[in-house]
Amino acid sequence: MSDAIREVIDREYEFGFEGTFESEIAPKGLSEEIVRFISARKQEPEWLLEWRLAAYRHFLTLEEPTWPNLKIPPIDYQDMHYWAAPKPKGPAPKNLNEVDPEVRAMFDKLGIPLSEQERLSGVAVDAIVDSVSVATTFKARLAEAGVIFCSFSEAVRDHPELVRPHLGSVVGPRDNFFAALNAAVFSDGSFCYVPAGVTCPMELSTYFRMNAADTGQFERTLIVVEEGATVSYLEGCTAPVRDENQLHAAVVELIARTDAHIKYSTVQNWYPGDADGNGGIFNFVTKRGRCEGARSKISWTQVETGSAITWKYPSVVLQGDDSVGEFYSVAVTNAHQQADTGTKMIHIGRNTSSTIVSKGISAGRSQNTYRGLVKVLRAANGARNHTQCDSLLIGDRCGAHTFPYLEVKNPTAQVEHEATTSRVGEDQLFYCRQRGIDEEEATAMIVNGFCRDVFDQLPMEFAVEAQALMRVSLEGSVG
Amino acid sequence: MLEIRDLSVSIDGHAILTGLDLEIGPGEVHAIMGPNGAGKSTLSAVLAGREGYDVEGTVRFAGHDLLALEPEARAAAGVFLAFQYPTEIPGVGNAYFLRTSLNAIREANGEPPVDARSFLGSLRSHMEELEMDPSFSSRAVNAGFSGGEKKRNEILQMAMLEPTLAILDETDSGLDIDALRIVAAGIERLRSPERAFLVITHYPRLLDLVRPDVVHVLRGGRIERSGDAALAQQLEQYGYGPRPEPEAVGS
Repeated sequence: MSDAIREVIDREYEFGFEGTFESEIAPKGLSEEIVRFISARKQEPEWLLEWRLAAYRHFLTLEEPTWPNLKIPPIDYQDMHYWAAPKPKGPAPKNLNEVDPEVRAMFDKLGIPLSEQERLSGVAVDAIVDSVSVATTFKARLAEAGVIFCSFSEAVRDHPELVRPHLGSVVGPRDNFFAALNAAVFSDGSFCYVPAGVTCPMELSTYFRMNAADTGQFERTLIVVEEGATVSYLEGCTAPVRDENQLHAAVVELIARTDAHIKYSTVQNWYPGDADGNGGIFNFVTKRGRCEGARSKISWTQVETGSAITWKYPSVVLQGDDSVGEFYSVAVTNAHQQADTGTKMIHIGRNTSSTIVSKGISAGRSQNTYRGLVKVLRAANGARNHTQCDSLLIGDRCGAHTFPYLEVKNPTAQVEHEATTSRVGEDQLFYCRQRGIDEEEATAMIVNGFCRDVFDQLPMEFAVEAQALMRVSLEGSVG
Repeated sequence: MLEIRDLSVSIDGHAILTGLDLEIGPGEVHAIMGPNGAGKSTLSAVLAGREGYDVEGTVRFAGHDLLALEPEARAAAGVFLAFQYPTEIPGVGNAYFLRTSLNAIREANGEPPVDARSFLGSLRSHMEELEMDPSFSSRAVNAGFSGGEKKRNEILQMAMLEPTLAILDETDSGLDIDALRIVAAGIERLRSPERAFLVITHYPRLLDLVRPDVVHVLRGGRIERSGDAALAQQLEQYGYGPRPEPEAVGS
């Protein structure tokens, strides 16, 4: 992601893009008018406006979920903007040092100064700032392979025949409170289509940046992978430091046909709020994939270090026989962060299998919850699940919680759940310090070791960044 | 090199060491023996900087006020403790750990990080000397190691870190004859005029292989008596009971 971000930022300045976007922010508030406004701004077809309006009307009948193990302050849905397009602040930046101090500071802190980075040519990026996609790289090269990778808006305009039948087919507009809100007001996102038999020639990546104040971000990602095709997708995100909370309610839908493979990796680094729990992003995201065809495979890997509150359950519906679902997760909470995250594995087809590996790390006064559902329907003969759920505590003021749900309606199913809770031990720390490694470094090392099984699933570049990110996010958690 | 004066240590008000004095010069090997609960492991833990003890007295080490330093600063100053019970660190590779350790110590001493190639070369040759399987370097630190493997790993770390004061806390316990021979040879290889050893042990058999210059008996919270290597043999024969020979040196 780091290089990918630099790639985009380089492009911005290379092409002086900041002048080319209309700068606009919608008035605060949520209403049918705003939904129409967004749809009109994006020059959407009638069917999509109707789809949004239906979602909005349904949204009005819903209430926020109360079951998560989270303390969510009241959110005033009328007190935020639902549309913001990037506009340059002051005169155009002359070099990287003048831009995006948060991104720069973050990467300086990670030891990766943006200005020194080399151009990376292995990852295609769709960069989304606030409500709009600002750049998509390597489109031409992908097109040669038949892969469509573009912003959601472009997909609606140029490939409606691919968008319309799939939009909302995995996460319906009535799925839940936040999914309904997203369906009504989503502004942009990424679309990817990999035709039959094609192995996508490079990693695809979406980079989200929330910039404007008092603005919600609602993006949608839709990935359709046809028979025998394969794609690896990366997602990264950051936001500036602000005193107020900001809402991020995204939806991701994945569809894997027969023998298709989708690997979806996330490094979530939204602003987590300050040490006292002020500010930070509310990250309420619905991610779900459908293994539609036989032997298809969907693998979610997530490293969640940011956000004040995370509510997120990347799931797989295992419809095709012999299909495979995987969920590898590292969730780190520090200071006053709260996370309620996990997965749902819904076994429908025969001989479907799923693997869940969840590593929760709690530090400071944070609360970290794993919530996972393994559901085996009546027809799912030979279904198998293995769940490994480990919690690591740093300090004695944080909490780790585990809520595994099992619903098994087929007697041939094999479902295993293992859970452990441990502490970063005094013994481990002293051992490291006696070897000259200071406490902060030692903690990062011990935690990274704890997460090894998940980091091994990440693409190399993400894995390195994830480790660096963990170090930053645990800063101040010891001593 | 190491000068301990009037060291008293207690934990939760319970006195363990009461006015211990000990001096070790460069190149010397001192053995500390003593009955269970005499405070041998406490002495090593306090020298290495473990928290949770109430400590009084002074410890000078190579110009440092040792007790004022953080554990990592003591390591950087050249103090190494081979743990009696080395800790497991799951998911962290042995070689990675050792290189991080070596580089942290080098950095604290203003030296550049070690070159990856020469690090691996030296790691490999030390592992061969200690008859360790090459797979050790990629296995997680001490995770799933047998007792003997853990002890050998401590000696490997000592060999790589080249400390000026090595404290071995019952490194021989739990070792079979072959492992003891290998570990002892590892220690012998590191003996040098610049390096001092403090060997804590229950059994003279290690001291047959690693000949100490001085043997101390730690008892009643202080060094009760000291002697040459022969003292270890007397202890083997007569136990720690009343002094068997009037001319043995008291403290």
